[in-house]
Amino acid sequence: MAESFYLFSNGELQRKDNVLRITASDGRYKDIKVEMTQDIYLFGEVDLNTKCLNYAGQLSIPIHIFNYYGSYTGSFYPKEKNVSGKLLIEQVNHYTDKYKRLEIAKAFIEAASYNILRNLRYYSERGRDLQACMTEIKGLRKVIPRTEDINELMGIEGCIRQAYYNSWKDIINQEVDFEKRVKRPPDNMINALISFVNSLIYATCLTEIYKTQLHPTVSYLHSAGERRFSLCLDISEIFKPLIGDRLIFSMLNKNMLTEKDFESQSNFCYLKDNGRKRLLQKYDEDLKRTIRHKVLNKNVSYRYLIRLECYKLIKHLMSDKKYEGFTIWW
Amino acid sequence: MHITGTMFYYYFVCHRKLWCFYNYINYENESEKVILGKLIDESAYGREHKHIMIDQTVNVDFIKDWQVLHEIKKSRSIEEASIWQVKYYLYFLNQRGIKIEKGILDYPKIKKRREVVLQEGDSEKIEEILISIEKILLQEKMPPPIESKICKSCAYYEYCYI
Repeated sequence: MAESFYLFSNGELQRKDNVLRITASDGRYKDIKVEMTQDIYLFGEVDLNTKCLNYAGQLSIPIHIFNYYGSYTGSFYPKEKNVSGKLLIEQVNHYTDKYKRLEIAKAFIEAASYNILRNLRYYSERGRDLQACMTEIKGLRKVIPRTEDINELMGIEGCIRQAYYNSWKDIINQEVDFEKRVKRPPDNMINALISFVNSLIYATCLTEIYKTQLHPTVSYLHSAGERRFSLCLDISEIFKPLIGDRLIFSMLNKNMLTEKDFESQSNFCYLKDNGRKRLLQKYDEDLKRTIRHKVLNKNVSYRYLIRLECYKLIKHLMSDKKYEGFTIWW
Repeated sequence: MHITGTMFYYYFVCHRKLWCFYNYINYENESEKVILGKLIDESAYGREHKHIMIDQTVNVDFIKDWQVLHEIKKSRSIEEASIWQVKYYLYFLNQRGIKIEKGILDYPKIKKRREVVLQEGDSEKIEEILISIEKILLQEKMPPPIESKICKSCAYYEYCYI
């Protein structure tokens, strides 16, 4: 029902009566139907006024802002409407208690790495030689339950990701020079894509967390409140393989994005506007795609899976039901 | 403890919902049924002075000429709970010296209404219920899902059964 709006044009975003209107410099405008809007992503150079922010705030619509290079700048995060003191206390209790924290963090990594393996299996069934990588990750996964603190767990996670990223050149049909993950700034096409897509998932997780009572700064795998809304990082771990990585693979393998769509300089690389639009369109379609949920026995969208993850976490924190991360079952 | 009309209503619907509501675990904002309910509330009885908060506890839809109390509902499902909600309002007002003879459940969407009065023994029953509500709210853990057919259309459905 609710929609995300991705705005690329430069111009002014203002409240016009009871809608938000983006007006380009040439006078053309588009109205955003606020009743149908769950969040807004700004990629262009947009002027906003407080009247617009007040209105977005009143309607509880977060606005996520990205800079010229497509990296995430921050969000206008409206006043928390869903606040539960009891839940917040539990959220913090589960962070400060080392064992409770580790238990949740392990569940995130278990699920994330399982989903990574599913991606590898998918491509392995399509003739890619990924056995070595899969064996390595399977081995690393066995260590997860035995880890005794967060750093050790993060170490395992790092090794899994490294093995996974090493296999990308075998998954992707295009000629890519992807050796290792480089951020801030990304140095090649794949890194630029990973950075961009991850920041989208991060923002989507934030929108979903906002709809629940969870506090976005209290996280379990990542250190709480460290520079960012770290709970989004925790939850996005699980969905990066399902939503982000698959999106990247399919866009590259179908040649929907090629070298031409990137702007490369000596030390950085980013996606150009047109490529970004195509990618976002696909991203939005993916989030709206539905699957039959085997527990709830109804159709749910990929985006809604993120919210369900929040619910599961709340249930765990409230001692209602033990948390298990989402794993791909189809 | 302030026990609101909604809480009284939820007591008859689902104890888990009652507990979550009290602890601010709400999932109402997005469900289409809730939005529809809100629209009915906004559009019905536009001439009346609506939503009267009494003693910072109960919020009644409106009281016609200080004689008849009205509670507006979307549909007649779980009517038993609605009836008790109105009875609770009548009891609550009586306790504070405001004699309201009867209440009316209004269903503007289906153009139906139903009269509700306090009958003998109702006050005692309400007092007992208030005590059990308090007991539920003060539980450390939330009550389990009720696994009833009404769950399917509840805004908490995904939360309870995921």
